[in-house]
Amino acid sequence: MTRQRTGGRRRPMAIATGIAAAAILAAGCGSSGGSSSGGGGGATSNAATQNGGGAVAGATVPTAGLPVLQKIGKGEGQLNLIAWGGYTDPKWVKPFEQQTGCQVNAKIANSSDEMVALMKNGGGGQFDMVSSSGDADLRILYAGDARPVNVNLIPAWKDFFPAFQSPAFNTINGVHYGVSLQWGPNVLMYTAKDFKTAPTSWGVIYDPKYKGQVTVPDNPIQIADAALYLKTHQPSLGITDPYELTQPQFQAAVKLLADQKPLIEKYWTSISQEVFDFKNGNATVGAAWPVMVSELKAAKFGIGATIPSEGATGWADTWMLAAKAPHPNCAYKWMQYISTPKVQALQAVTYGETPDNKLACAEMDKLQAGSCKLYHADAPQSYFDAIALWKTPLATCDNGQNNCVPYAQWISAWDTQVK
Amino acid sequence: MARASAVLWRRPWARATLLLTPPLAWFVLFYLAALVVLLITAFWQINPFTTNIERIWSLNNFHTIFSSPAYRGIIGRTVGMAAAVTVTDTVVAFPFAYFMARVASPRSRTALFVAILLPLWASYLAKVYSWLLIFTKGGVLDSVVNVHLIYTNWAVFIVFCYLWLPFMIIPVYAALERIPASLIEASQDLGGRTWRTARLVLLPLALPGIVAGSIFTFSLTLGDYITPLLVGGTSAIFIGNIIYSNVGIANNVPFAAAMAMVPMVIMAAYLLGARALGAFEAI
Repeated sequence: MTRQRTGGRRRPMAIATGIAAAAILAAGCGSSGGSSSGGGGGATSNAATQNGGGAVAGATVPTAGLPVLQKIGKGEGQLNLIAWGGYTDPKWVKPFEQQTGCQVNAKIANSSDEMVALMKNGGGGQFDMVSSSGDADLRILYAGDARPVNVNLIPAWKDFFPAFQSPAFNTINGVHYGVSLQWGPNVLMYTAKDFKTAPTSWGVIYDPKYKGQVTVPDNPIQIADAALYLKTHQPSLGITDPYELTQPQFQAAVKLLADQKPLIEKYWTSISQEVFDFKNGNATVGAAWPVMVSELKAAKFGIGATIPSEGATGWADTWMLAAKAPHPNCAYKWMQYISTPKVQALQAVTYGETPDNKLACAEMDKLQAGSCKLYHADAPQSYFDAIALWKTPLATCDNGQNNCVPYAQWISAWDTQVK
Repeated sequence: MARASAVLWRRPWARATLLLTPPLAWFVLFYLAALVVLLITAFWQINPFTTNIERIWSLNNFHTIFSSPAYRGIIGRTVGMAAAVTVTDTVVAFPFAYFMARVASPRSRTALFVAILLPLWASYLAKVYSWLLIFTKGGVLDSVVNVHLIYTNWAVFIVFCYLWLPFMIIPVYAALERIPASLIEASQDLGGRTWRTARLVLLPLALPGIVAGSIFTFSLTLGDYITPLLVGGTSAIFIGNIIYSNVGIANNVPFAAAMAMVPMVIMAAYLLGARALGAFEAI
């Protein structure tokens, strides 16, 4: 192998390498790798006992002192939302765009973790709002990625059910960081072809009889569903709250999911993917959101959904305002619009969830007879009690003890022990 | 002006530096520096609650990766898949490239080129979704042979082989085309039959092309996460999937950066090995 050895060829290379090395060192040392930890140091405190976990004492929300809007000004013409699939249906987005002139650009997120990640750095100055669920809210708040909201500017807020006006997952020390939206369950979905009657227990998704036909979401919070099942079927474990698990309880739930893995045809990652699997017969039973049921029913596919006897996990969503929202006026207009009874009813019936506005019930029955009762918009307490709403698992349990498993461990257990 | 050109004439290194600096600066700034900033985070940690990055230097992330049997298994599975795809694509591409280079008439050669390059014009996702429709229950494959490949690693393997095949065919074609026909004739004159000629004359001369193609197939498979996500099942977790879920979902960028270093080191070792085998002699 011949190689040129003239000095004229080696010198510029040496100089170029020197420049490159210097630049790299400069870039590496001067990099801003993100702000250091804000506020919550992994929860060293007593959390309030409510759905959502409540304020983490000893930690402050970095943006609590920011001023709120006093009057809604002229719309900025654009609105960038991070939303669950099905939350920005043209049915209610188009009238909003025509009324306010704010063009809605929606980024669909498939999990709470994704929403927390997208809201980093206040959404990077790019997103205005996020429809986050209870298990994402605290993480977003304590990272300083949301800003306070003036609920006096949202007239429909007065008509909300009291439990959703200032819930612990979006209101800390009386400061609101968004407006509650709707809430719903994670249902057991099954094909009508294979299940003549609705299953009465979540046990069907842990039953080897359905090997290769089961699907559950690809989400660490699924461990809570396993814990909820064990709450009824292994009472000796003493599980009371599926999001607050001691190590033995946690390991039992993880083991149940690891044993379930051979039955799973695929951990679904998006709404369209689960709908595809059920339509093609790749899956016959599994955990789903009501919107999948709505979509399959609309496609005239024989599908059913139920909340089995053990109850179900669920989620309560909030439209949270980003700390660096570029279009705050449009954001407030959206919060006003989405809270009104007619729009709440339309979203509830289309998606299959329960509205937070008391007055939506009547509107829902106008759209679809019997839907108010079907989606529990009359909010009977018994239904509320049967659903364990998503909340961020913290190291401090609600009883004041410090031995609960925090969410970071849920993620690593999901990645290494279950999947 | 004349003095400037005289200076440059007398000092060749100044000419080269001036010429090199703009593209090098672009490369260093937008590629290398960005890469370094990302990889430095591999030595940092995140706050487990808020997931903000904390600049606490440690080797924890690497320790987690290499002490966990789950992650070691994922790395092994990824390397195994990359090797399988590379070998399969080489075996498939070689006869195809040979036919194109030495047997086909110019017209059919053009047609074959179009046939190979056309899929590259289609979007990646469109191709993978097509395979999804082929593999699914009730899909094309199922209606012909009653086999369900969807959500298995076989499906991932087949789709990878399909996606990277053009990248293997073209370099092998280029290498085979350069071989003078006289060499093959000389080998046959000396008594070498087909297999012997192929093994002792063609293969060594085509090796640079094969290695060039294998760099594509190996590195592209090493980092891919979309195909396993779409057509793979519960065991289709590869290095790319871990990085993806840690950046976009768990927001643990330091861990993802540590994981990202693994395929980089593997590729560096691969390239050094290829160089030692003499694959870069012709360059």
